[in-house]
Amino acid sequence: MSMRTPLSLVRGHGSAKSGAHHWWAQRLSAIALAPLFLWFVASFLVVAGGDYAAAVSWVRSPLNSALLVLLIGAMFYHAQLGMQVVFEDYISTHWLQVASIILVRFLAMLLAVVSISAVLSVAWGS
Amino acid sequence: MGNIDRPLSPHLQIYRPQLTAALSILHRASGVFLAIGSLQLVYWLNALAQGPDSYAQAQAIFGSPVGQLILLPWVLALFYHLCNGIRHLFWDMGLGFEITSVYASGKLVVVAAVVLTLITYGVAYSMQGGAV
Repeated sequence: MSMRTPLSLVRGHGSAKSGAHHWWAQRLSAIALAPLFLWFVASFLVVAGGDYAAAVSWVRSPLNSALLVLLIGAMFYHAQLGMQVVFEDYISTHWLQVASIILVRFLAMLLAVVSISAVLSVAWGS
Repeated sequence: MGNIDRPLSPHLQIYRPQLTAALSILHRASGVFLAIGSLQLVYWLNALAQGPDSYAQAQAIFGSPVGQLILLPWVLALFYHLCNGIRHLFWDMGLGFEITSVYASGKLVVVAAVVLTLITYGVAYSMQGGAV
């Protein structure tokens, strides 16, 4: 016997099977960000204390530029997922909520690409 | 909201302030603050990509009192969100739900965030005279 309510049977809409996707993506990006940020703060302390040449050679190291790109990607992905939940919880005007979520997604993508582009232009020299 | 002639559940101001509730909303607030403050990293990386002059300018801004006024809370928010995020991951695994554990881990997270921030700034200032 089905446990579905009569209303849901009539509507004929089953689960989209993606209900946990947002939750799962938020946890995975969080798990990635924990070590990435510990690495970033620890090495950034050394770098920011030095001069321009030291900063450039730090970014140029292949491992550092790879980790920086991963950090930027995971950070803006995680930020966008988090901001989405905040908007969903606190903005009750539907069109404004959707517009805010779309805006934050575009912004996160823009900032991530701008940052990664900066890392790569330093790493590969220009 | 229409007719409210019905029993309503007590709102926030009815409850006694609790550490758990404060840390919960602080996790969200620090997340929003971190997201906005990520612009600092975008700026720093682009300043570095632009060349020595813009990099020196960025370093001067981050080292200035106004720059520190933004960077210091950002570092604190980062460590808080990181530590409390790990606390959340333990909850996601079904661990640490007893009321004593929830309070103990909450206090631990606050202490860890402050200590990590102090260590970060201690190292930064001992390495040179200023900008993190």
